[in-house]
Amino acid sequence: MSILGEILIAALLVSGGVFGLVGAWGLVRLPDMMTRLHGPTKAATLGVGSVLIASMLHFWLHHGVLSWHELLITIFVLITSPITGLFIAKAHMHLSWQQGELPRPPSGVEWCTYGRGAENSPIVTVDGPEKPCE
Amino acid sequence: MIRRILPHPLLSLFVALIWMLLVNRFAWGSLLFALALGVIIPIVTASYWPDRARIRNPLAIAGYVVIVLHDIIKANIDVAKIVLFKPSRDLQPAWLVVPLEITTPEAIAVLMGTITLTPGTVSCDLAEDGSALLVHALHCPDPESTIDEMKTRYEARLKEIFL
Amino acid sequence: MSILNLALLFAFGCFSLAQLLCLYRVMRATGFSDRVLALDTMAINMIALLTLFGIQRGAQVYFEASMLFAMVGFISTVAFAKFILRGDIIE
Repeated sequence: MSILGEILIAALLVSGGVFGLVGAWGLVRLPDMMTRLHGPTKAATLGVGSVLIASMLHFWLHHGVLSWHELLITIFVLITSPITGLFIAKAHMHLSWQQGELPRPPSGVEWCTYGRGAENSPIVTVDGPEKPCE
Repeated sequence: MIRRILPHPLLSLFVALIWMLLVNRFAWGSLLFALALGVIIPIVTASYWPDRARIRNPLAIAGYVVIVLHDIIKANIDVAKIVLFKPSRDLQPAWLVVPLEITTPEAIAVLMGTITLTPGTVSCDLAEDGSALLVHALHCPDPESTIDEMKTRYEARLKEIFL
Repeated sequence: MSILNLALLFAFGCFSLAQLLCLYRVMRATGFSDRVLALDTMAINMIALLTLFGIQRGAQVYFEASMLFAMVGFISTVAFAKFILRGDIIE
């Protein structure tokens, strides 16, 4: 294994650790709930991502096996972290924000969280009984 | 006929690929099983997913991924600076309303994911008719230019990718 | 001690400290969503810690564990938020 690869892995590990720590520090330090939501997205994306890529490189260079699990976990975390962020934001808005405190959408309808529910939403079209699977 | 066996060709391919990555080493038996799963799972879940994501330009996806990764790294460094060095009283959090031109659910979902993944902005809600996004920004002294950047940088490219 | 071991040690320290900070936020949360956000972050940091263990031991079994952690963390967070929003998890 070359010294260059080792330095690259070490750099990825160090930067991952720093970003994970800064994300958690943001979670503790920032003043209110909506701003705190920004900390973990950082920890999730770059912190965990670079640690996983470092692990993948390490197993490739050290042990000679190309391990795809890390790539799979990285993609999984990258896909799921916006979804958890969105859900936590919506739950928080539902619990502690009044409708009047938020800017209104330009077209005159409501935001989904305060709306009439998915069944009555203008973009969801429910026509008759559910179609059977083709 | 082909639609009945393969309701979602892209999903089938994706399921097979994920299974091969989970197995972690190549074997013909695993490939056969992966293809079988790729056929069966979309048929079983077809009723939950009546629409298909129609992609116009598959090559543009690679360019989009590169741009998003670059932005994630850049924005991460910016937000780390804000978290570490900016005192709370100087922070200017803002709600942004981003009007949307894209209409397909898949494109809107990808845009929301991109906005949340780039640190500093979290997409919080969608208008009931899908015409606007509610985005919360950590530190945003100039909301107009931030909205404009999101629209030109991500939405214009998504409009080219999705039909 | 090689440069890789030093970097591993540093990353272990960072993520352990991050876990403690999240734990503090779980204890001193201002609301439900705050606490769940901190718990979700702990699950994500746990993935990183397990991966670091995997590098240190040179064993690949830890990845199965971290993948399970990723999935369980995601599903539990979504289930909680769904419960708050709709009063029901499976409708």
